[in-house]
Amino acid sequence: MTRQSARGWNAACVLLAAALAWWPVAAAAVAPDTVRALAFGDADAKDNALATLIDGKDLGAIPLLQAFLDGDVKAIGEDRVLIVKDGKATDPTSGAAVTPLPENLDDVVVNNRLRRTIGTVIAAMKLASPDRATRANAAKELSGSADEAMLPAISAALAKEADPEIRASLTLTQASIQLASGDKATRLAAIRALAQSDAGATRTLLVAVLERKGNAFVEPDAEIRGEAQRSLTAVERRLALGDAAARVFTGISLGSILLLAALGLAITYGLMGVINMAHGELIMIGAYATYVVQNLFRQHFPGAFDLYLVVALPVAFGVSAAVGMLLERTVIRFLYGRPLETLLATWGLSLILIQAVRTIFGAQNVQVENPAWMAGGVEIMTGVVLPHSRIVIIAFAAIVLLLVWALLTRTRLGLFVRAVTQNRAMASALGVPTVRVDMLAFGLGSGVAGLAGCALSQIGNVGPDLGQSYIVDSFMVVVLGGVGQLAGTVYAAMGLGIFDKFLEAWSGAVLAKIAVLVFIIIFIQKRPQGLFAMKGRMAEA
Amino acid sequence: MAVAFAVLDGRPGPTPLTRLLPRAGWMFYAAAALALFVVFPVCNLLVPVTSPLHISDFVVTLLGKIMCYAIVALAMDLIWGYTGILSLGHGLFFALGGYAMGMYLMRSIGHEGVYESDLPDFMVFLDWKQYPWYWSFTDHFWYAALLVVLVPGLIAFVFGYFAFRSRIRGVYFSIITQALTYAAMLLFFRNDTGFGGNNGFTDFKRILGYSITAPGTRMTLFVVTGAALLGFLVLGRAIVTSKLGRVLTAIRDAETRVMFSGYNPVYFKLFIWTVSAVICGIAGALYVPQVGIINPSEMSPANSIEIAIWAAVGGRGTLVGPVIGAGVVNLGKSWFTQAFPEFWLFVLGLVFILVTLFLPQGIVGLWRRRGR
Repeated sequence: MTRQSARGWNAACVLLAAALAWWPVAAAAVAPDTVRALAFGDADAKDNALATLIDGKDLGAIPLLQAFLDGDVKAIGEDRVLIVKDGKATDPTSGAAVTPLPENLDDVVVNNRLRRTIGTVIAAMKLASPDRATRANAAKELSGSADEAMLPAISAALAKEADPEIRASLTLTQASIQLASGDKATRLAAIRALAQSDAGATRTLLVAVLERKGNAFVEPDAEIRGEAQRSLTAVERRLALGDAAARVFTGISLGSILLLAALGLAITYGLMGVINMAHGELIMIGAYATYVVQNLFRQHFPGAFDLYLVVALPVAFGVSAAVGMLLERTVIRFLYGRPLETLLATWGLSLILIQAVRTIFGAQNVQVENPAWMAGGVEIMTGVVLPHSRIVIIAFAAIVLLLVWALLTRTRLGLFVRAVTQNRAMASALGVPTVRVDMLAFGLGSGVAGLAGCALSQIGNVGPDLGQSYIVDSFMVVVLGGVGQLAGTVYAAMGLGIFDKFLEAWSGAVLAKIAVLVFIIIFIQKRPQGLFAMKGRMAEA
Repeated sequence: MAVAFAVLDGRPGPTPLTRLLPRAGWMFYAAAALALFVVFPVCNLLVPVTSPLHISDFVVTLLGKIMCYAIVALAMDLIWGYTGILSLGHGLFFALGGYAMGMYLMRSIGHEGVYESDLPDFMVFLDWKQYPWYWSFTDHFWYAALLVVLVPGLIAFVFGYFAFRSRIRGVYFSIITQALTYAAMLLFFRNDTGFGGNNGFTDFKRILGYSITAPGTRMTLFVVTGAALLGFLVLGRAIVTSKLGRVLTAIRDAETRVMFSGYNPVYFKLFIWTVSAVICGIAGALYVPQVGIINPSEMSPANSIEIAIWAAVGGRGTLVGPVIGAGVVNLGKSWFTQAFPEFWLFVLGLVFILVTLFLPQGIVGLWRRRGR
């Protein structure tokens, strides 16, 4: 295509955009001649074919054009064309499926120029679509890749567009194209418009305006430079804000995971003083319980698959609590008051649990699938996506925390647990069944670990070693937060999560983890009792 | 065996040597030395393979390895059994000693690596042009040997000083040592740390100019390890029977009372903690040339906690107990992992539970109860 025809193209795009904006869509099959011309014709023939498509205002051609872009268009001999996708062939002229799949298929070569043109045409067509989601998507795609050729189409779409979100996106795209315009007023307006942007690409554009070559600025006009500088500052501030927001979010997300993992431990270790090295394995059991429930749903109630978590949560709680109480009855209760021995014995228990799970489910990781409503995310800014699964887990951690808190402070069992923690002999003398309370409290801590496992199964790998990776972390949280305090555990988990994520951006994941551990070691030097020390006599007990 | 327990932990006598051990105890040492330094070399190197008296290379390597473990268990017992401080980070000191020795062994490979470069293969792979500063002088054996003692010793000293000064004790101390070794493991897993990342050091060729796979070298390492084990047993005996040792035991039993009696437990603890770490480092240095590999998994928390169970199985607070414990557990491990690999963790887990529940004194305690 010559430059002349390229310009002709831009005009065509304008026409197309304008036309599609005003006329209802007519979905017609693509004429065989047009398809053939697109596939086999020379450059001019292809241009003509595209022009024909535009004249026909033909949204039905989008799949065909998209197939050209994806390299899915295959030729049979010299005159027949098929769209082959996922091993299924379709005839673009009729839309009918072609079976069986023909054997001697050749690739249809789409050169870069044609690829660009087709991309532009598709975007313009989509911008004119009556469906809001299609338009929003098209606007979003354009914001990354639009060039001058698209300017008329964008302007036309802007003239028609009513949706504020799409408008904002299109305005920015338009401005970034207009930045290269020859007219000073247009450029200034474009730069001002760009100040509203929160995309990294905008910063690159603006920095380019301010670029120096040697001592002289590339851009001779001081007014434009000044405006660009102002816009750049605004964009950079917004970018930094988005970056920080994303990091705080991942930090809170990590913190809520740590909190879930450590909450059970805050009960068994923090309140009861039992060093349970098998705590991680109780988490792991919760995750496997979720896996089993998921499989049952998939086999027996595939229709209700999205709801399997509703069943998995109580099951995970119950299984882990049962295992925990069993451990308490058979091993741990004989070791009360001997923390080092408890540590070793529970480590032994953890080895047995790991091997048991390995024997039953195999040493490989198992697949736990998210329910559909957990997929996707919320985009708060360009490039800053908060996944739904993470948001759900943050909320879940908050709910579990609330329940545990309520249970410990608002129920009879909680009262007993606290009484036994504070003075076992006195509680016993007043008729508190201490042995039973021990078992129930341990079961509660274990059950919460199971809930943590259920949550973790949604965002990470589920394997026999799952618990091992959390045990050091959760002990760190409890130790840092201070023994016997739920609030301390919360602050410690959130603090560690955010601290870790900010360090991670600065020094890499492994070094961040090491730094956190070293920080805790140093912190314990200063405050051996943790963030929230118990006061008075209880601190010595 | 019963005699051994009685004499090794018996009452001290009047002369300096017999104050350390009764005569029968020294006889036992002499017998052990005879077996390690004469019987094993002769039966492995000189007796023909066909003879029933021949001791195979496999047995020699296995026993050499177990003796290294026994030294570690002994070090653990000094700090845990006698002083009451459970360290879950002794694997770190063991690995550090091993890495220091490994640095020397890596440099003795010379140009025989895959890339035939001056640098070890993993550095060539990372496209490094020269050794990082902490590798300087490691081509000298004496310097590497110095590192084996200094690095674990220094790290233990600094860590211990801050920990004991802040009166971190009991489970808190255990968990912090566990975090320490865990952090170190993560650090050594990084390729950029300069210790070979995941793979660590391996493919050693020679030590002090001798081929590392030659039967003579292997036997020499075995004998040296045996000598170290016996030496540390005597050293341990000297420590625990001294006044210092009495204070350590007192710290274990009632630390507050020791303080009220006018002792500052910090320095006593710091001393035995550092000695224990150094012994571990030496064990690691002896271990690496014998097994031919060192990698960061030696620092995993699971390894360190296993050391504690060796001491517990044998019998805490006795010197010979940990040696027996290390032997029993590791012989069991090497038999199980060959015969029934999937059951080993069950067995190890049960050992942890049963020993803490029913055998607080370990195997030695079992014998003592019987003798009574």
